[in-house]
Amino acid sequence: MAKEDITAITQIVERHGKDAGRLMDIVLEAHKELGYLSDDSVDAIAKALGIHRVQVHDMASFYSFFSRKPAAKHTIRLSNCVVDKMHGLAEVAAAFEKALGIPVGQVSSDGSIRLAYTSCTGMCDQGPAALIDGMVVTGLKPSDVPAIVAALKRGKSEPGESEVFPNAEVQLNLRQAGPVVLGPFENGTAIRKALNLTPEQVIEEITKSKLRGRGGAGFPTGMKWGFCRKARGRHFLICNFDEGEPGTFKDRLLLTEAADLLFEGMTVAGYALGAEEGLLYLRAEYAYLKTRLEQVLARRRRYGLLGQNIAGREGFDFDIRIQLGAGAYVCGEESALIESLEGKRGAPRDRPPYPVQRGYKDQPTSVNNVETLCCAARILEKGAEWFARYGTRDSTGTKLLSVSGDCARPGVYEVEYGITVDQLLQLVGCEEAQAVQVGGPSGSCLAPQDYGRKISFEDIPTGGSVIVFGPKRDLLKHVLDFTEFFVEESCGWCAPCRVGTTLLQKKLEKILDGRGTASDLEELRQLGVTVKTMSRCGLGQTAANPILTTLQNFPDLYRKRITDKDFIPDFRLEQAFSEYGAVTGRKFVDPEEAKS
Amino acid sequence: MSAQTVSIIIDGRQVEAKAGQTILQAASDAAIYIPHLCYHKDLLPGGHCRICTVKVNGKPINACTMVVGNGMVIENDTAELNEQRKCVIEMLFVEGNHICPGCEKSGNCELQALAYRFAMMAPRYPYLFPVKEVDGSHPNAYIDRNRCILCGRCVRSSRQIDGKNVFGFEGRGIHTRLAVDSRSALADTDLSATDKAASYCPTGSLVTKRVGWKTPVGQRKYDREPIGTDITGRRN
Repeated sequence: MAKEDITAITQIVERHGKDAGRLMDIVLEAHKELGYLSDDSVDAIAKALGIHRVQVHDMASFYSFFSRKPAAKHTIRLSNCVVDKMHGLAEVAAAFEKALGIPVGQVSSDGSIRLAYTSCTGMCDQGPAALIDGMVVTGLKPSDVPAIVAALKRGKSEPGESEVFPNAEVQLNLRQAGPVVLGPFENGTAIRKALNLTPEQVIEEITKSKLRGRGGAGFPTGMKWGFCRKARGRHFLICNFDEGEPGTFKDRLLLTEAADLLFEGMTVAGYALGAEEGLLYLRAEYAYLKTRLEQVLARRRRYGLLGQNIAGREGFDFDIRIQLGAGAYVCGEESALIESLEGKRGAPRDRPPYPVQRGYKDQPTSVNNVETLCCAARILEKGAEWFARYGTRDSTGTKLLSVSGDCARPGVYEVEYGITVDQLLQLVGCEEAQAVQVGGPSGSCLAPQDYGRKISFEDIPTGGSVIVFGPKRDLLKHVLDFTEFFVEESCGWCAPCRVGTTLLQKKLEKILDGRGTASDLEELRQLGVTVKTMSRCGLGQTAANPILTTLQNFPDLYRKRITDKDFIPDFRLEQAFSEYGAVTGRKFVDPEEAKS
Repeated sequence: MSAQTVSIIIDGRQVEAKAGQTILQAASDAAIYIPHLCYHKDLLPGGHCRICTVKVNGKPINACTMVVGNGMVIENDTAELNEQRKCVIEMLFVEGNHICPGCEKSGNCELQALAYRFAMMAPRYPYLFPVKEVDGSHPNAYIDRNRCILCGRCVRSSRQIDGKNVFGFEGRGIHTRLAVDSRSALADTDLSATDKAASYCPTGSLVTKRVGWKTPVGQRKYDREPIGTDITGRRN
């Protein structure tokens, strides 16, 4: 390794206080500086931190945005979310393959451009989308591809040099602003109101509002804050901006349009919890937002809304650090997110202990969704009663929904809890939907008979993803896409999820391939139940949902795909002989066909 | 019941447990066997295999990590849970390339012993036939990743008992593999054959060389009695 590279790494490590807990940032910066993470880099990082190389490798090999092999100069990552596929990803991918002369997954012959797939990048309302060296490119058409490839071959791409690319712009697509989250807001009002109360009274106000977590699980926020405050230790607040559920992009809009509101909510939470440090975990796919968010934070520090003695209150110190992720859906799970923040692989923890007892650095930690914290700021500003006037009895307030798929107006909608699926479909301009996936792949796939049901914690909960499937879609193909997503994103820590997701994919492939039987359907269901029951975290526990909910709500779709034979083996003789056939030049003859 | 103990019910039996114990520890003290694989009594729990999943007040939960609470009603030896455990064991068999009849760990292997205990005939799932590496570089121990079930016992024991850091994981999902603390091979790590890490592997994946066939097949631990007998045998 060149001497200057070792110096560069040493400097990066020193800049982060030689703190192994900051390994994410250290590896991110080393990766950016040197293009990839070589064995030499791993050794240099480990040495400078005084840890073992296997610890660095363990972490770095986990995240999809880190490369351990020499990387190409440019990387094109095509978002292979179901919705991107619905909007023509296959044609765009084919155009890239043609322009570069390589299949997806490889590097162009001159070594300059790598073409790869990545999980949903949160641009479903404007897909097909891609990340080109981290820059978001949306609304891709096959005809855009030659110009993009030419621009990459011509020169270096840096965020900010977007003029060389067509489509390098993220549309806001706010379709309906509601009164709660996206209403007008004046900076500092929520903080000042909070400071008129004791921290306990702030928590009481949140409890009275019946605010529940917007990530989908719906845990009462006041209760979470109360547990956290009461737990002894140094308190932390974490905002989960690892919005990775396919079909979700509402937090992207919030951080673009209402970053101040979020930071206000985080500061209020900091006051309520007695935390001095807040962490915003930003998913790697949204790295383009980081510079602007840093600017907002700096401005808030200037105005005395962040930092020391906030809003003039002696002794109220609170600041926010942004932590960038590196491509792992599972880090949206709160305990995996904490592991990632601590500089480790994003493997979830067994709970209890819950983060409110032992979270970040084993200290009491409240992990809240972006939207939840925005709501908290509004509750302090306008009062719990005002907030609880919206929504239903058990689901107060409004919800931001990210709607995509087969509808006229995809985008973000702020609606009151209690809206029916039917009402929502009218709002988004959808006349006929074969199915609606609510809550992303980890949620449920609803059939028309369920469109009268209400989006709410008591009926259909959702973190915000709504994907509409029109009448012509092959729904089961998309169920397979969702299943493949979980295979890709399973962290591998526990056996039922690690192995079970792959087995679910294989079984479904067999059925969709026309080789399934009635017993295969039953085995598919049982396997789904095992993965759901035995897995360690929410990812595994919901990974079978696309299959289980469609088996329940669309049984005919499956029945149409199976044969009436009693048994068809998983093993395929012809396939097993394929290499032999290729080597010897002999053709495989099916024994049954030969007989007849 | 004193302040130091809590009262729980496992499979209908009332058990006095020490406060702070996990369900698995409390059950074991009461001579109740909760099947487990990645758990080892000398190590902090890892929560990898999920074989010790029980139901607490009706909800599936991991017995090796869940701490006992007063009044917990725990289901363990039920047909439903045993069937789910068997499913996970079968998953582990198809995930790797297990060669029981020719494996030097046969009869001492906890995975094999659990398969026998749950009366597994053949895995119900299709074999994945992955390509895995064998690392025989070390003079006194070798890794055969064909039989590795990613239980993390070697990772944890090297850190927690040996005070080293010889092992870790690499990659994620179905591509997760056991990594060693060197660029290339086990020989370049500071593993010693006397390390606890070299002896805690439940399968034939991390094995000390030249001792595997000392005890003839047929006279080995689980050839004599089913896995779990050491725990249930303590019951009066």
